[in-house]
Parts: sequence; structure tokens; C-alpha cells
Amino acid sequence: MSNEIAVETGRSIDLVEGLPGIVSDWSSDQRAFKRVPWGKAMMWIFLLSDTFIFSCFLLSYMKVRMTTVVPWPNPSEVFALTIGGHHIPLVLIAIMTFILISSSGTMAMAVMFGYRKNKKVTGWLIILTALFGASFVGMQAFEWTKLIVEEGVRPWGNPMGAAQFGACFFMITGFHGFHVSIGVVFLVIMAVKVFRGSLDIGRPGLFTHRPGDYEEIEIMGLYWHFVDLVWVFIFAFFYLW
Amino acid sequence: MAYVAHDETAYVAPLEVEEEHLYHAKTWLGKYVFCQDAKVIAIQYACTAMGIGLVALVFSLIMRLQLGFPNTFAFIAPEDYYQYVTMHGMIMVIYLLTALFLGGFGNYLIPLMVGARDMVFPYVNMISFWVYFLAVLILVASMFVPGGATGSGWTLYPPQAVTSGTPGSDLGIILMLVSLIVFIIGFTMGGLNYVVTVLQGRTRGMTLMRMPLTIWGIFMATVLALLAFPALLVACIMMLFDKIIGTSFFMPAVISMGEQLPHTGGSPVLFEHLFWFFGHPEVYIVALPAFGIVSDLLSTHARKTIFGYRMMVWAIVVIGGLSFIVWAHHMYVSGMNPYFGFFFATTTLIIAIPTAIKVYNWVLTLWHGNIRLNVPMMFAIGFIFTFINGGLTGLFLGNVTVDLPLSDTYFVVAHFHMVMAVSPVLVVFGAIYHWYPKMTGRMLNDSLGKVHFWITFLGTYAIYYPMHYLGFLGLPRRYYAMGPTEFMPASAQSLNQFITIAALVVGAAQLIFLYNLITSYRNGKESGDNPWESTTLEWQTAETPPGHGNFGKDLPLVYRWAYDYSVPGAPSDFLPQNLPPQGGSAEGIKED
Ligand code: HEM
Ligand SMILES: [Cu+2]
Repeated sequence: MSNEIAVETGRSIDLVEGLPGIVSDWSSDQRAFKRVPWGKAMMWIFLLSDTFIFSCFLLSYMKVRMTTVVPWPNPSEVFALTIGGHHIPLVLIAIMTFILISSSGTMAMAVMFGYRKNKKVTGWLIILTALFGASFVGMQAFEWTKLIVEEGVRPWGNPMGAAQFGACFFMITGFHGFHVSIGVVFLVIMAVKVFRGSLDIGRPGLFTHRPGDYEEIEIMGLYWHFVDLVWVFIFAFFYLW
Repeated sequence: MAYVAHDETAYVAPLEVEEEHLYHAKTWLGKYVFCQDAKVIAIQYACTAMGIGLVALVFSLIMRLQLGFPNTFAFIAPEDYYQYVTMHGMIMVIYLLTALFLGGFGNYLIPLMVGARDMVFPYVNMISFWVYFLAVLILVASMFVPGGATGSGWTLYPPQAVTSGTPGSDLGIILMLVSLIVFIIGFTMGGLNYVVTVLQGRTRGMTLMRMPLTIWGIFMATVLALLAFPALLVACIMMLFDKIIGTSFFMPAVISMGEQLPHTGGSPVLFEHLFWFFGHPEVYIVALPAFGIVSDLLSTHARKTIFGYRMMVWAIVVIGGLSFIVWAHHMYVSGMNPYFGFFFATTTLIIAIPTAIKVYNWVLTLWHGNIRLNVPMMFAIGFIFTFINGGLTGLFLGNVTVDLPLSDTYFVVAHFHMVMAVSPVLVVFGAIYHWYPKMTGRMLNDSLGKVHFWITFLGTYAIYYPMHYLGFLGLPRRYYAMGPTEFMPASAQSLNQFITIAALVVGAAQLIFLYNLITSYRNGKESGDNPWESTTLEWQTAETPPGHGNFGKDLPLVYRWAYDYSVPGAPSDFLPQNLPPQGGSAEGIKED
């Protein structure tokens, strides 16, 4: 049994380790998740709900892919680029995936430096994360343009095969890209807050409540990692299958 | 003499979270319109939901007029009938009951009953209501656009929902889908609040296993909603795409009115899966809060501890979990692998176990109780009757072979009205009679309430009992008129007339209720802080109605569970949750 200091009130509460700890937390009063601030709990639950949304999208995609009688276009052909005379399958997607995963790294570092109260480094890491995110969306826009203009893929049909190919592609990557874009906007807002010192003084506003607390960055990070993780599944199920 | 109370302990853990800084609105608009106080938001939710619910009630009466007296009312055209069916079902299930139980009762009761000053994110909570309001506006707008509201039934099955020939297959269905999407967004904001408030915002001493069952029901229903609405959201988005930009998610190649539609290769059954993955938990989204509330009403007014509190909690949790793996029992007639039918029939019947446990516990709570037969109690007992009824017919419909001939008949209409329409609505009424004094400081009129109860309760049976029989005869649901058939005897029509008259009477009886609500606000008897002598925290507030911040200066400390009624040896027949173990007011509490 370890004696932990409750972050918020400075009073000590008893925390138990391991499985018995979970039981004792859930049977205690006030909070089922000790030391978890409200915003973080809310983000976790929201992400759970969002997981169901993406799962429904992906399962629906699998279902229509199995239902349709027209052959499914080969993704590694469709998403190939010819660079310097070489025909490279999935190259753009590989780069995009790499960028998005790197952005998770910078985000994680931002969280760490935030808790160390290093404003400058934190702010720049968040900006860097946002830049990665923006370039991801940019490349996605490039990919969409290429598909629409050069390959003639439309939501209602395409020359390569099943009509649902375009429909699923635009819907799922669009929904994901929308998540990334929202994330970028909030990252920029967060960076401004960090540089201004709003988190230190707890200036009232979106995302800030307790002075001197950088947990908002961690909450933001949860969202960002989630968007990243979802991409891995989209990548696996849409591009590699 | 010592008295025994349930799991009493003198120790209350220190405060872990600093008290919430309440937001105090400065402008009139901020105080009454864009208010962040959960109690005001609750009332806004409730009024909007009941307003739109009245519309749905009127629609049902119009349908009944047509069914009881076909060829009599020129103003009810066949297309109108389908629009009425659709709007009636959709509004009742989603815009009335879901919004009322979670947005209305959830907002009002969660902070008060767990001893919080407000929801954890009051601002998001406020937005949640206005988004819901917008969804209602869009829904209403869909009734006035060219072509009218959608007439595809509340299940909105494609291809017919988006194919011409169905009423409202253009703007009507589009606005319907948009309205649902907006509703889900609004609900999610509220729902996150309810869940986090219950998990992380309770007062000192309020453990999960001391929470009133009302909160358990609302909490679990919210969890279900947060996980079930995504499926509906996805279905709505995909259908919108099918309709607007011509994708073929749900649309196979269709020849409609001699014309080949531009769609190909989609899967209508996919929509059914998505819809019912949402649709079945939705049934429990309206049922679980009703379960919870009714448990509290029964215990309070029978002056008895709830029978089997732990069992009740676990039953709620288990029902919630199971409700996600039964959805295809709505799709037996869509055709499926017999093994799937077997699986879904089995899971469906397994749900009956925790549900039956709850029913037994309610009845055992009444057993040897000191029953005060006031209006909330009457509605609560009425609920037990209608719920058992609807539950039993559910056992029929859960079995594949029994369901096949009964599917899409009035037997189904009777079943789901008994179990998920009338039962929760009875609880809503009971809950309003119960908590109205807390919301306004005045009692609702008792005699009017009793009249309202008896007409509604008996009327319910008059309406839905005959429907079971009509269903056995084979009367299909969603039919504008039957015309002469071989299987329907002529006398069935007189039964239909009887049902219609009963429905009109029940509809009219709701005016008594409205009248009661409105006049009691000014003229009702003063209620005092705790008219029902109830133990839960919302009755222990300093003022009635509770002010901003709910509890005045100090948050209550909770020492006991919510059901200390008629504790042997205690000075009064109820011990409020915040009454310290020894420090009660009167003698007789001290141990000797
Ligand atoms: C006085 C009360 C009510 C009456 C007289 C009534 C009557 C009706 C009628 C006549 C139908 C159409 C049957 C058909 O043609 O197939 C119907 C359908 C329906 N009702 Fe009610 N109803 C009432 C209350 C409720 C409530 C409170 C709910 C809330 C859950 C509800 C939910 C539904 C649903 C989901 C449908 C199916 C709509 C569809 O087939 O798409 N009803 N009701
Ligand atoms: Cu069901």
C-alpha cells in the first residue's frame, strides 16, 4: 500500500497496487479512477465511443467489399506512384504513415516536456506535431486529387472495379482526415496557450482550468495517438488487404 | 437498543478533488437561456422533449382514427399515414424518451443524487441541449419541406427509404438523417458529462454501491447510448451518401417504377445490422433509466429497503452488456443462417434472466411493505404490470420459429408498446409526480393524478390487449387500411374501433396531466423539502427548489446507502444518506 498525494488537494489518499487496487478504487467514494482528472476521463470515454464509429465504418467497408460481385480494385496498383521512372506501390501511403507515426512521437515528447514545465520546448514540439499532421492532410489531399483527376475514381463508381471502392475510400479516409484536421487546429490553439503561459496561470478558457497543470496537453495527446492508431487499422484493412 | 443499518461506516475519506468553481451567469440570457446549471438544462430538455412528444401523440391518434374508421376521414391520405407512423415512432423513441430520461432526468438527478454541485463540464452540457434543440427543429422542418417527412417507418430501411414512391424520399429522408446525426452529436456531449460525473464527480462517502438505482440506470443507459449511437451515426452518414451523391452502400441494383436506378452492388442487410446494433440497445436506453427510477419509487413509497440491491445493480450491468449481442432478433425474417438464428435467440432469452430477477425484486420490495399508495407509487406498480406483460410476449418473439409468423403483425406492435412504450412512459409519469415537488416546491394535485393514472393504465390495456389478438389473426403492421380479406373476420373491425376510442380517451387524459403540471406550479400545495420522507440526497438540500450549486455552503457527506427505510430501532422510518451514524437527532440511536 503506497501513500499517494492527491494532486488536486495536496491531501494523501491510500492507493493500492495491482488488481486489488482496481477493486479498491472502484469501491471507493468520489472517483473510480484515482488521480485521473475529469477531462482525461472524458477523453477516454469519448475515444471509446469514437472507436465504435471507426469500427462500424471499417466493418461496413468489409461487408460491402464481400457483398459486391464486381472485382475489387487492387489497392497496391491504384495507390502506386511513378517516381523517376520507377513504379512504386503504396509509396505515398508509406510516407504518410511514417509521418503520422512520427507525429505521435513528437506529441509524446511534448507531453513529457509539458510536465517538466518547459514551455518553450513543449510549444515547439506541439507546433512540430501540428506540422506533421498538416502535411499528412496535405498529402491526403494530393492523393485524393490524383485519384479523382487521373484515375477517374468517384464515390459512385470507378473504371477499375467495384463502385464501393471509391465510396469506402473517400468516406473512411475523409472521416479520418477530418479527425486529423480538427486535431491540427486544436494543437495550434494549444501551442498558443503554452507560449502565452495560459496553462501556468490557469486562464479560463477552452481546455484550461487548474493553474500550473499541463494535463491538457496529455489529453490532447490521447486524442492524437488515437487518430494515429486508427490510421494503422485503416492502412492495414484498406491498403494492404 | 442498537439498530442495524446497511453497511454503515463512520469513516469518510478526505476530499480528493477541489470543489468545482461554479460559473455564475451575469446576463439574463446566460441565466435562463444559455444556462449552464444542470437543473435548468434538465428542464429545458424535458420541456422540449414533452412538446415534441405531444406531436407524436397526436400523430398516433390520427393513425388510430384511420384504422378504426377507414374511409371516414378524407384528410388522412395513405401517404400521410406512413409519415405519421414514421414520425410517431421516431419521435417517441428518440426525441421523447431518450432525451427525457437522459437529458431530462439525467441532468436533474445525477448531480443532486451523487452530491455534486453540477455536471463536470457545464458548458458542454449547455451546448448539448442546444444541439438537441436544433435536431428537433430540423426534424420539425422535415415535415414541411416539399414531399413531406419521410414515410419509411422508424427503421428507415433502404432501399425504400430513399427510392421514389416512398413519401418524403427526397428532402424528407435527408432532413431526417441530418436531424439524427445532429441529435447524436448533441447527445454525445451530454452523455460524456453524465458518465464522467457519475464516475469521477461523486461526493465524499458516495461509493458506487451506495448510489441510488436511479443513477445506476441512467448511468448504464448513457454508456449504452455512447456505444450504440455510433452505429446509427455511421448508418445515417452512409445513407446520406447513397441519397445525395449516389454511392451504393446500401443500394443493390434496383428497378423502381420501370426504371433502373444508378446503384449497384450495395447491401441493404448491412443497414439492418447497423440499425439494430443501435436499435436494440436503444430499447434498453429507455428501459434502464425506467428500471432504476421505478426501484427508487417502490422502495421509497413502500418504506422498505430495495430487495437485493446488489443483484439489481448487477442485473442492470448484465442487461446492458447483453443488449449488444441480441440485435439480429429483429432480423429473423431478413433471412439468416440458422446457427445465427439459434445464437441470437439464445442470447435474447438469456436477457430474460436478469430482467426477471429485477421483476422479482420489485415485487419482493413491495412484500410486507408499508405501502403508501400515492400517485407515484401507483404508476410504479402499474409499470410492473405492463412490463411483465410486454416481457412475456417478448419471449414469444425471441424464438425464431414463433417469431416468423408473428413478425410485422400487430402482435409485435402490442409487444413493443407494452414493453418499451407504455412501461417507460408510466415511469416517466411516476417520476414527474415524484420529483415535481423538488423542481418547483409544490405538489401536483393528487386527485387529478389518480384520475390520470387510472385512465392511462386501464386505457393502455384497452388499447394493446386486443392488438395481440389482431396480430394472431394476421393483421399486418404499418397498413393504412386492410380492405376485405379472408383471414380477418368482420368483427375485427369493431375491435379496431374499440381500440381507437380507447386511444382517444387515453390521449385526452394526458390533457389532465398537462393541466395539473401547469396549474400546480402556482397553486399546488407547498411541498417542503422532503415531502416523501425520502433518503436520497436530492431531498436533503437546503432549499427547494435547490439553488445554483445544489447544496448550499457544504456538500453533503454520505454515510449510508440510499435505502435505509424502516430500520429497526431507528427514530424515524427513514435515515437520509447524509445522516451520520451516531449523531442522529433523537435518542434511541445510541447503542447500548
Ligand atoms: C397513446 C399512446 C400510443 C398510441 C395510441 C400509439 C399508436 C401507434 C400506432 C397506431 C402505430 C402504428 C402501427 C402500424 O400502423 O403499424 C404505432 C407505431 C409505433 N409506436 Fe406507438 N402509440 C402510442 C405510444 C407510443 C410510445 C409512448 C412509443 C415510445 C416508444 C411508441 C412507439 C412506437 C413505435 C416505435 C412504432 C413503430 C413505428 C413504425 O412502425 O415505424 N408509441 N403506435
Ligand atoms: Cu431487440
